[in-house]
Formats: sequence, structure tokens, C-alpha cells
Amino acid sequence: MAFQVNREGDVVVIDVDGQLIVGNRQELKQTILDQVESGERKFLVDFTHTGYIDSSGLGVLVSLSKKIREQGGELRLSTLNEDLRTLFELTKLDTLFRIADSREEGLKGF
Amino acid sequence: MDRELVFELPNDLQCIEEAVEFVVGRCATCEETGRKLRFNFRVSFTEALANAMIYGNGRDPSKRVRVEVALRGSALKARVIDQGHGFDRATVPDPTAPENIECPGGRGIFLMRKLMDEVYFNERGNAVTLILRLPETEPIRREASA
Repeated sequence: MAFQVNREGDVVVIDVDGQLIVGNRQELKQTILDQVESGERKFLVDFTHTGYIDSSGLGVLVSLSKKIREQGGELRLSTLNEDLRTLFELTKLDTLFRIADSREEGLKGF
Repeated sequence: MDRELVFELPNDLQCIEEAVEFVVGRCATCEETGRKLRFNFRVSFTEALANAMIYGNGRDPSKRVRVEVALRGSALKARVIDQGHGFDRATVPDPTAPENIECPGGRGIFLMRKLMDEVYFNERGNAVTLILRLPETEPIRREASA
């Protein structure tokens, strides 16, 4: 499991490789909070290489999104497979996040 | 082929991913690995183990979590038992309600109920049983099932 952090213009892009679950959610949270602390405000979390997410992983995305919005920024999500989309739909979190079909689409108009 | 697995885990969240993959791997050798096993079971079993460790055992590293898995025909049954005092399920709010949508927690039991065919707790509330019926010939490729 790893989080790859890259930059696309003024957007910080985080790739989630593997699972985003209770055992590693704090690592993602700290990675993004460190970026917020250093002044970053635009974030795209890409799930191209993600297996599954549990409720803790969803929870950390919710809390990060709220924190970033409070700082005047935005957290977007991209490239969720059908299983992951199902999770967001079941929990109605698809109403809370802007979810792009691809990384490129997610970066548009940021 | 029927199969049973019984094991205990230390109360350590870092053990969850490996335990989930172990069970999925053992069950996948007996039945067609489909979406329900790969996704529904993985997420739900992760939730059950996390709830047991965090809420049931209160993150106490001296406690353990017992797991009993039985695959009989196409029915997969997993029971997760913690050493806690249980909880009142009536107090768990709906995480999809507008007032709860931005809460970071509270989606675990909801997801288990949505993703598994059956979920039930013992009276004390320290053991949850997950039941998933795996289609006998569920295709692995999603587009093949469309």
C-alpha cells in the first residue's frame, strides 16, 4: 500500500495504490494535511490503482474534504471503478464529492 | 468443496488487510471468485474486524478477535467475535441522513448490511455474523454479466 503524491500545475494529485482502509487511512490523512499546512488548496485523489475502500477510508475523505473546504480549497476524486462508485452511491457520498471519470477530467477547471 | 477456517487475531488494525486477503484467498480456491467475494465480502469483513477491534475491544492490545469462516456450497458465512461488552444497535444513526452525511464515522454497519445477504448480531452484541451467497458460476469479468 502506498500513496504517490505528484503535482499537476497547482493541483496536488494523490494516487492510492492498494486499499484505503482502517489500517492506513491515517497515512493518507497526514499526507494531505501536511500539504494543506504548506499552503496547498487543490487536491485530486485518484483511485485508478485502488482495490477497495472501507468506511474508515470514506470517513477520512469526508473529513479531509471538509477541512480543505474550510481553507477555501477543494478535494476531488477521480477514476473510481464500478465497485468504488457503488460505495459512494450507497453512502450518498457521491453528493458530497465531485467525482471525475478520469484523472484528466478531474483536473479540468480546477 | 466445503471449507472451514478458525483463527484468532491480535487486536491490531494492521492485521486486518492480511486477514481479509487470507480468507478471500482460501475461499477463492474453492469457488469462482466473483465480484461479491472480491468486493462485497472484502469490505464487509474489513468492517466487522475493525468494529471488533475499535469498538468491541476498545483498542485494547491485550484482547483478541476470533474469526470463524465456513464455506458450504456457495454460502460463505463469517463470524467475528470480540471480547467486549457489546453495543446497542438501535443507537446507530443513518449515515445517509443529511445531518450525518459529513460525519467521518458511522458507515460500517450500514455498509455491511448493504453489501452482505444477511448480517446479524448475537444478543450481547459482541459477535457479528456475515452471510454471502456466491453465485455458482458468477463471471469474473463484469462486462460479461451485463
